[in-house]
Amino acid sequence: MELFDSIEPLLVKYSLVTAFAVVGLTVWLSYLISDKLTQGRLHGSAIAILIGLMLAYIGGQTTGGTRGIADIEILSGIGIMGGAMLRDLAIVATAFGVRMDEFRRTGLGGIVSLLVGVIGSFGIGASVAWAFGYRDAVSMTTIGGGAATYIVGPVTGTALKASNEVVTLSVAAGLIKSILVMTTTPYVAKHIGLDNPRSALIFGGLMGTTSGVAGGLAATDPKLVPYGAMTATFYTGVGCLLGPSLIYLVISAIV
Amino acid sequence: MAIYGTALLSACLLTGLMLGKLLGLAVGIDKNIGGVGIAMLLLIFVCDRLHKSGRLQPPTERGILFWSSIYIPIVVAMAASQDVIKAVRGGPVAIVAGVLTVVVCFALVPVISRLGHSDSGLSSPDSSSRDES
Repeated sequence: MELFDSIEPLLVKYSLVTAFAVVGLTVWLSYLISDKLTQGRLHGSAIAILIGLMLAYIGGQTTGGTRGIADIEILSGIGIMGGAMLRDLAIVATAFGVRMDEFRRTGLGGIVSLLVGVIGSFGIGASVAWAFGYRDAVSMTTIGGGAATYIVGPVTGTALKASNEVVTLSVAAGLIKSILVMTTTPYVAKHIGLDNPRSALIFGGLMGTTSGVAGGLAATDPKLVPYGAMTATFYTGVGCLLGPSLIYLVISAIV
Repeated sequence: MAIYGTALLSACLLTGLMLGKLLGLAVGIDKNIGGVGIAMLLLIFVCDRLHKSGRLQPPTERGILFWSSIYIPIVVAMAASQDVIKAVRGGPVAIVAGVLTVVVCFALVPVISRLGHSDSGLSSPDSSSRDES
């Protein structure tokens, strides 16, 4: 205990570095679980996010705070690492390497599926939010964003100044979507004609969750992965662009 | 140098967020309208330009790629700092929203597949190799 007492101030002082180490360990563990326990069926990233949410729950229980595990002093760096600043920087960075001609290659089917996928998910998520009593445009749009992906939700929520609770709900909705797509795609595939590059591309655009699409297609037919992943890559960008703008304005005009 | 890439990325994000803020002011609401999305478009556009003119050096690229490669760990950190206790109470809304969206999107795959069947945009590498065999 004495040893910990002398180490603790160090971990607090270097909180962001501590966060890198802890999150790295969590991710490593998650990929190990994914590999050994689910034979890769459940992608490591989904398990890692799930563990993240569980840690946040534990953090909330022990401290009574609202910032999850980041309320524990030595882990406060996780709040910086997962805060809006670094998160938005990393999200924008994922757009790097996207080539415009690649987008054109997806053709009309790809573009239609992307727009239907993004707008449809927002619409469904916002309607469900409304049905559950979240009836202000900001909460509806944020939960709708979560129904798009677990990234579009919080980005939309931050831009629109949604409450912490609603942002968390949007992450949870996106995570459920991602896990469902990952695990059920192989069973649904033949019923929806998901057996060729063209439908894989449309599937990616409609679902949008990159980890879900990649995991689901890999379990269906590994040859289809690049096609689905190609359109899914654009999805988060389209969602971050349309969500806190056009879609929010439309929703706030309706309610 | 790597910092050039990171600086370029940061400049795109800041510009996007500022434009988003201005857009918000223009429509009379105190929100950021699509800032992150605008930043992504900016980055794609600027990098495309630099790439074509051969001015995007590999070290510069690495300054951007690092950030995109730790995207998932950052999302994990984000998940770990959420107010889960409060959200658990509203849990059903997240479950219903997630499940319903997946069901509807699955159902839409064959619909859209049929829709634009004649478009020639998809000249997949796969079909060209099939032509040869």
